[in-house]
Amino acid sequence: MEFGLSQDQLLLDDSVRKFLSAEVPLDAVRSLAAGEGSDASVWRGLADMGLAGVLIPEAHGGAEMGMLDAVVIAEALGYAACPGPFLSTAVMASFLLKEAGATDPLASMATGEYRVGIAFSDVIGARKGQVTESDSKLSGQSLFAFDAEADAYLVALADGQVLMIEASEVTRASLTTIDKTRSVCELTFDASPACLVTEDMALVKQTILRGRAVQAADTLGAAQYMLDQAVAYSLERKQFNRVVGSFQAVKHMCAEMASQLEPCRAFTWYAGHAFDEGADDAGLTACHAKAHLAEVGQFVAKTSTEVHGGMGFTDLLGLHYWFKRIGFNRQLLGSPEVVRHEAAVLQGLCD
Amino acid sequence: MDLTYGADYDAFREEVKAFIREHKHRQPQPGDGLRSQALKNWQSVLIEHGYHSRTVPRDYGGYGAEPDIIKSRIISEEFGAERVHRGFNGQGVTMLTPVLLEMGTEEQKQAFVSPTIKAEIIWCQGYSEPGAGSDLASLTTKAELDGDEWVINGQKIWTSTAHHADWMFCLVRTEPDAPKHLGISFLLFRMDTPGIEIRPLVDMTGDANFNEVFFTDVRVPKNQIVGERGQGWQVANAVLGHERGSLATPDAATNRLNGVKRLMREESISGQPIIDNPVFRDRLMRLEGRVLAMQYNDMRLLSAKINKNQDVRLAKMIVKLIGTELRHEIECLGIDVMGEIGLSYGDNPHVKGLGSWQYQYMFYLGLIIGGGTSQIQKNIISERGLGMPKEPKISAAEKAVKGA
Repeated sequence: MEFGLSQDQLLLDDSVRKFLSAEVPLDAVRSLAAGEGSDASVWRGLADMGLAGVLIPEAHGGAEMGMLDAVVIAEALGYAACPGPFLSTAVMASFLLKEAGATDPLASMATGEYRVGIAFSDVIGARKGQVTESDSKLSGQSLFAFDAEADAYLVALADGQVLMIEASEVTRASLTTIDKTRSVCELTFDASPACLVTEDMALVKQTILRGRAVQAADTLGAAQYMLDQAVAYSLERKQFNRVVGSFQAVKHMCAEMASQLEPCRAFTWYAGHAFDEGADDAGLTACHAKAHLAEVGQFVAKTSTEVHGGMGFTDLLGLHYWFKRIGFNRQLLGSPEVVRHEAAVLQGLCD
Repeated sequence: MDLTYGADYDAFREEVKAFIREHKHRQPQPGDGLRSQALKNWQSVLIEHGYHSRTVPRDYGGYGAEPDIIKSRIISEEFGAERVHRGFNGQGVTMLTPVLLEMGTEEQKQAFVSPTIKAEIIWCQGYSEPGAGSDLASLTTKAELDGDEWVINGQKIWTSTAHHADWMFCLVRTEPDAPKHLGISFLLFRMDTPGIEIRPLVDMTGDANFNEVFFTDVRVPKNQIVGERGQGWQVANAVLGHERGSLATPDAATNRLNGVKRLMREESISGQPIIDNPVFRDRLMRLEGRVLAMQYNDMRLLSAKINKNQDVRLAKMIVKLIGTELRHEIECLGIDVMGEIGLSYGDNPHVKGLGSWQYQYMFYLGLIIGGGTSQIQKNIISERGLGMPKEPKISAAEKAVKGA
C-alpha cells in the first residue's frame, strides 16, 4: 500500500517546476498577460518534456501517462500561473479523441504543434442549445471556448454530439476575462463544415469530469503559491519594529490557509488516481475536488492578498494573476454549486 | 500510488470478518457500564484474538503482535463497518499503557499494564489546572518528598472519568527551582487516597463529562513515579501527540455525515423530504467535500507510517484543528435539517438519534477547545509547519513602561 507519488512522478514534478521557474518567471506572466508575445515557445518546451501528450498513447507519439500525472503537472502549472492549452489540448481533447477513436490528430497534438480547443458551453449550461448541426455543418455560437489560439475546436452540442471544426472555418472573437494567463473566445458558426467525433453524451461527461480534476489541481498549485508568498512576505515586512509574520493575527491567517490547503494535496492525488484505476467514485471525487478547491482557493486567494496588506492590492507584486487564475478555475466547467449538485446526482440523492 | 493491501492482508481481513460473525453477539449492549462484567468479558475476547492491545507484549497481558499499521487499519475498517464494540479504550489504555511500556519500571509494568488493558483498573488523567490550560507546563500542583512519600497539594480540572476512576496518572511540580518544563514529575496514585476530593463539573451538555479534583496533603509512596524526577513533561508529551489526532477521525466524520444523509432521506418538512431541499443538499455536499479531503489526508498519513521517506508533518498537524471544526459543522447540519424537531433534547419524545445531534454539536465545541485549542493549533501550525516566529517576549523595559 502506498498513497503518494511514485519516484517517476516526483521526478516529473521536479523537472516541470524547474522548467517553469526558468521559462515562466513573473515577468513572462506579466508580458503574456499584457498580450506581448505568445505562449508558443513555452508550450513547445512543455511538449518536449512530454506534457502535451500526457494522456496520448505511445503509439500516437504520446507519453501515455495517466490522470495522476496530469494532476501533478497541473499543480505545477497553477503554481507558476503558466499559460498554455494544457487543460484543453492535453487533457480534455486528448482524452475525448482517444476514447472516440478519432486518433488522427493525436500525433501532432503530442508534439505541441496542433492545439485542439474545447467549446463545451452548451453542455455546461452557460447557454443551452446555442449551437445547432445540420448535415455536419454548425450554426450558432459557443461561448467561453478555450483557448483562443487553438487550431481546431471540439464543439459539444446539447444532445451530446461532439464535432471537430478547424479554426479557419469559424469566426473567432477573443473574450476578455479576469484571467489573462488563459485565453478564451466566442466562436460563431455559419453553416460551418465540421466533422462528427462522437454522439456519446457519457463520453462528453467523462471528459468534463477529467477536466474538473485537473482544474482542482491547478487551483491547488495557484493557492499554494499564494500561501508561500504570504508567508515569505510576512517574514520580510516590518511594522512596529517586528516582522508582521510574528503577529498572531497574521500567523493564524497563514495557519488557516495551510490547514485548508494541505489536505487538498491528497484529495487531488486521489481524484487523478481514481480515473487511472477506473474506480466507481472517480466522477464523484472529481466533482467534489473541483468544488472544494474552488472554495479553499477562494479563501486562500483573499487571505493571502490581505496578508500582503496594501501591496497585495497593487499590480507591483503581480499576486493578482494567481488570485484571478483561482477565480477563473472556479467558474469554468461549472461553479461550485453546479458541480456539487452533480455530486448529489451522481450518488442518487436527487435527479 | 497503490491502494491495495495485498493478498496477505486480504486473508487477514477475512479472519477479522470471521471473528466478527462468530463473536459479535457477545459484545456489550447499550446500558452495560464501565464496571459491567459484559464489558470485561468482551475485553478479554478481543485481547485473546488480537483485536485489542494488539501490540502489548504477552508478558503484560496483551496479544503480543508486531506493530502493523495496515492490520490495525483493517481491524478499524471492519469493526466500523459492522458497528462492533471496540472494547474499553479509556485514557489508561490509550495514554498510560504506552507510557508505562516505554518508561515504566519492570515492577510498574507488571503491576499495572495487564489490569489496565483488561478494564480492571480505570484511570483518569490529571494534567490541566485552572491556571495551566494552553500553557500546561506552568502547572503548580506540587509534590514534596517527606520521607518515603510524596505529599501532594493543589488542584486539577477537566479530569474526565475521575468519579469512576480507581487511579490517576498525574503531572505535579517536584522541582520548584528548575525551569518550568524541567520541574515536573509523573506520579501514579489511587483515587481513594485520603485528601482527594472530586467535584463534578457540569458542562453545557447537562452532563458532568469532567471533574475538578482537589488535593490536600495527599500522601503517595515515593516509588509511584514514572521516569525520573523532573522528566514528567517528556513522559506526558510522548502521548499528547497521539491524543490530538484521535479526537476527530475522518472515519467518524464520514459515519456522522452518512447519518445526516439518512436523516435527510427519512425526515420531511411540510411534506417534502429534506433531501429534496436544494439548500440543505448543497450544505450536505459541501461538507462531504471537506470530509473527503480529510479522508484522503488520513490515507496519506497512514501511508507515511509505512513509507518513512514521505514528509507529512504539516498534513498531520492540521488534523485536530480541521477535524473538530468539521465535526461541529456536521452535527449542526443534522440539527438544522430537522427544523423545530432539531431543538429536541433529553426526554423529549420527538428527539431523533437519542438526542445525539444537539449533544455532539455541543460536545465538539468542547473538543475544539480541549486537547489544545484551535488557537493553539494555529500557533503550532504557523510556527512548526510554516516556520513563522514565536510571539516575542515582552522585555522587562517594556513591561515597566506598560506598568507605569
